[in-house]
Amino acid sequence: MNRFEYAHPTTVDEAVRLLGSTFDEAAVLAGGTDLLSLMKDFVVEPKRLVSIAGVAELAGLAADGAGLRIGAATTLDALVDSNDVRVLAPGVHQAATGIRSRQMRAMGTVGGELLQRPRCWYFRRGLGLLAQDAGGSLVERGDHRDHAVFGNAGAAKFVHASSLAPILIALGARATLRSPRGERSTPVAELFRTPAREGERESTLAPDELLTHLDVPTGSPHNATVEIRHRRGLDWPQAAAACALTLDGERVAEAALVLGHVAPTPWIVDVEGLRGKTVDEAAVAAGEAARKGATPLPGNVHKVELAKVAARRAVLAAARRSF
Amino acid sequence: MRDVEKSWPSLADARHLGKRIDRIDGPVKVTGRAKYTFDVNRPNMLWAKFTLCPHGKAKVLSVDVSEATRVPGVVVAKELPLPGDATCHWHGFEVAVVAAETEEAAREGARRVKVEYEVLPHNVVDDTTDVGDWVDEGRSREQGEVDEAFASADVTVEGEYGCPIITHCCLESHGSVVEAKGDAKLEVWPSTQRISSIGNDFANELGLDPKDVHADCQHLGGGFGSKFGFDVWDKACAAIAEETGRPVKAMLERDHEIMVAGSRPSAYAKVKVAARKDGTLTGFDFESWGSGGPSRSGALRMPYVFTEVPHRRVHSNVRTNTGPNRAWRAPGHPQMAWLTMAAVEDAAAALGLDPLELFRRNLAATDRPDVYAEELDVAAGLIGWKEKWEPRSAKKGVVRRGLGLSIHTWGGRGHDSNARTTIHSDGRVDVECGTQDLGVGTRTVLAICVAETLGLPVEAVRVHIGDNRLPPSGASGGSTTVGGISSSSRTSAVDAVNQLIARVAPDLEASAEECAAAGGRIFVRSDPARGVAWAEACALIGQDPIVGNGRTDPELMNSGVGGVQMSEVEVDVETGVATMVKHVAVQDCGTIVDLETAESQVYGACIMGITSALFEERVMDPVTGRCLNPDMEFYRLAGIGDVGELVVHMMQTDAHHGRGVIGLGEPPVISPLAAIGNAVANACGVRVPRAPFTPRNVLSALAKGAAR
Repeated sequence: MNRFEYAHPTTVDEAVRLLGSTFDEAAVLAGGTDLLSLMKDFVVEPKRLVSIAGVAELAGLAADGAGLRIGAATTLDALVDSNDVRVLAPGVHQAATGIRSRQMRAMGTVGGELLQRPRCWYFRRGLGLLAQDAGGSLVERGDHRDHAVFGNAGAAKFVHASSLAPILIALGARATLRSPRGERSTPVAELFRTPAREGERESTLAPDELLTHLDVPTGSPHNATVEIRHRRGLDWPQAAAACALTLDGERVAEAALVLGHVAPTPWIVDVEGLRGKTVDEAAVAAGEAARKGATPLPGNVHKVELAKVAARRAVLAAARRSF
Repeated sequence: MRDVEKSWPSLADARHLGKRIDRIDGPVKVTGRAKYTFDVNRPNMLWAKFTLCPHGKAKVLSVDVSEATRVPGVVVAKELPLPGDATCHWHGFEVAVVAAETEEAAREGARRVKVEYEVLPHNVVDDTTDVGDWVDEGRSREQGEVDEAFASADVTVEGEYGCPIITHCCLESHGSVVEAKGDAKLEVWPSTQRISSIGNDFANELGLDPKDVHADCQHLGGGFGSKFGFDVWDKACAAIAEETGRPVKAMLERDHEIMVAGSRPSAYAKVKVAARKDGTLTGFDFESWGSGGPSRSGALRMPYVFTEVPHRRVHSNVRTNTGPNRAWRAPGHPQMAWLTMAAVEDAAAALGLDPLELFRRNLAATDRPDVYAEELDVAAGLIGWKEKWEPRSAKKGVVRRGLGLSIHTWGGRGHDSNARTTIHSDGRVDVECGTQDLGVGTRTVLAICVAETLGLPVEAVRVHIGDNRLPPSGASGGSTTVGGISSSSRTSAVDAVNQLIARVAPDLEASAEECAAAGGRIFVRSDPARGVAWAEACALIGQDPIVGNGRTDPELMNSGVGGVQMSEVEVDVETGVATMVKHVAVQDCGTIVDLETAESQVYGACIMGITSALFEERVMDPVTGRCLNPDMEFYRLAGIGDVGELVVHMMQTDAHHGRGVIGLGEPPVISPLAAIGNAVANACGVRVPRAPFTPRNVLSALAKGAAR
């Protein structure tokens, strides 16, 4: 890794003043489970690391009648261990337990998990986030078995890596960000974007913005995350689906469905058609909705099928049905 | 008649041999006191790192190390000798080496070496023969009346199967620590599978007298056949140590390790099987291909095990610009087993037969029908084959279970080995042997053989290995170590104890021939009460210890084993996720020295095989020729949660015990891929032709099956 300056502020105000106007100037160091790997492989070379381990106000988890407030530096283990999360937002709990590395859960934070960089092997091997050469996309011409099957018409072919983002979006969570210019709040869905040119990032955060906390509404307890992973230990899902339902007896009153690991951003599925259906009907319809508009590459057709299965199972799991 | 016979005691008489004995170096390993080459750090040591070619194939036009030498801490930066055509033939080919005061500075320096390349056309595709000039002419062979067999067959079954290149993935990567000691003497700590002879390579490289090179490797973190070489990194390490007069450590980074330090060739085949309705196999026709990198990989000798069935085979070699293959635990055998056993299982399915029955009916076509028959029965009992097996067509539901099996064979005769047993006047015993422990329990084997011979507890024997100053012993490859070292240590201990008995016998008023050593005593056989304790006996030795010398003895070892494995898997046919439920391994290996470490060897092999079946694949980018997964994140290995229940049964009857010691390293790793592949086919109802059995490969097979 490169030589860097290390800063360890104790307040958010101090932390954001230490960030830079570009990502090369400074990077936020939370658990370090992603950043340090990227630095060791020289994928990123920030000149300064701003550790937020000493910023007490960033950690912590609290529940009130309206929802959960989760500090960005809360560890993934804290989510897993929280009874409030397990009861009020089971989909969040399931997503956190799906991160099968004990080390990542112990060190990794909620903010870091949401804002981790894509796991694309072209990116990780130093060929760029969009992995392009003179002939166009390396991903398209190369081995794209784990790459995007939605939202991949442009240069970006990677999949968004966050396990928490889909369910947070499905639950309508909001993120609060701080910069030297002040504070702003945004839906979690709007933290992510699809970069069009090399140099652009997959998040909408400005280089000097720090994610401080999340507010997760916890109305209906009928929500779930279903991931399709091959290994029991640390492994990235090949597809995931998060579903939040409001039920009216046997029927679906409201539904939200977000896919993970299939597109450069968490992929929001249009599930208007689920309203009024029984849970079983809704599950089948969700599966069909989830595969609609897919644009797989020749080597990742299977991911469309996995998205469909994950979506169907997520609806059933949200309604506490077995699948 | 000798006082202590060299032949192994019977199962009934043995005190230690064949019993379950904890490995003697377990405590130093679990407490971290065991020092591997990677752990060796010398005062004032430099770290060496390499500049690697980032292309599939490229000619080196120029190398400029000037910027590297300006990195603070860098001491040496230099070009490495290239082949005559100045061409790098794979991603990861070493172009330059940088040595520095710290690991970080060396890494930084290696990145600063500027290399100008002319990128050349490459090939990294090996799963098809449709790659133009990158394919070498097929070699063919025929045995028996093959055409006639197919013409008269009741049924002919065709299939296509394959498995990709995988790597050795040693937990400890390759490399050495080298220290020049002055006076043209060298101290080396290589991570090697041949400690007795590796020092000679260092000596030759630097023009030293081999006796002036001391090589030491107390523990190595895996080799699997990839650590026999004297490699470019060892040479560079030695050269820098000589040039700077400072110790140098050159251990490969994980990506370097995965890209260049050893791989197992891929293997693919179109297979035709001719059979009669009753399941008798009458003919095989194999059209196979595969790649082991830029040069020719070993041919696949199929059919595997069922060698007496008439057959034709033709094998083509696909050249790829990938790090070259090295011997991978049972070279060629796992691939041959998979390509053969899958076709046999598909023939059984086509005939509507239970594959276990079909295997049984064809054992006459193998080298050891009786052993397989016995082992098939044991394995079937352990996995519950009779109760559980159902034909593919009976499988229903989303999550389906399936059973599969495979059989294998290996030689495993011991290599040349020398050993020395020393008995001291204070009763202490040392055994010395220039062998190495790849992590399998070599020390424990030596302690058991000597303790058994001297009639002492295992912990009474101190074991010295991993040093080229000890009596030379062969390289550890091909399951040759245990046969070699058990016989050399046994004969050395027999020599030593008989010398001791000769000194004690007069005091017991008996002839040496009348005495024995057992239970920590030397005594008269006909009157066991007439004897002395070990310490008392040793007190008679005097100042010069008793030294017993021994060497490999063909009468104490043997060659040729069978082995049967059965697997139960669960497949979610919607997600394509295949998981292990249970895996049974039944294995013979002649005289078992330590039942516990023998079982461990088989457990480890099963895990390695399960990993190759479900997860492993070295992925190359066709456009850039680069390796895409040279890391432990995307080069997927099984974790403990992925292996399911493992059941190991060692064949330990008087008949097996009486054969002599036979190696065990390779045989149990051969069958897992084939057995699991067959279980996946049985569960899914369709053959998943390509390993690893990932969701992608499983779903792709299911989709094709549905389309048919």
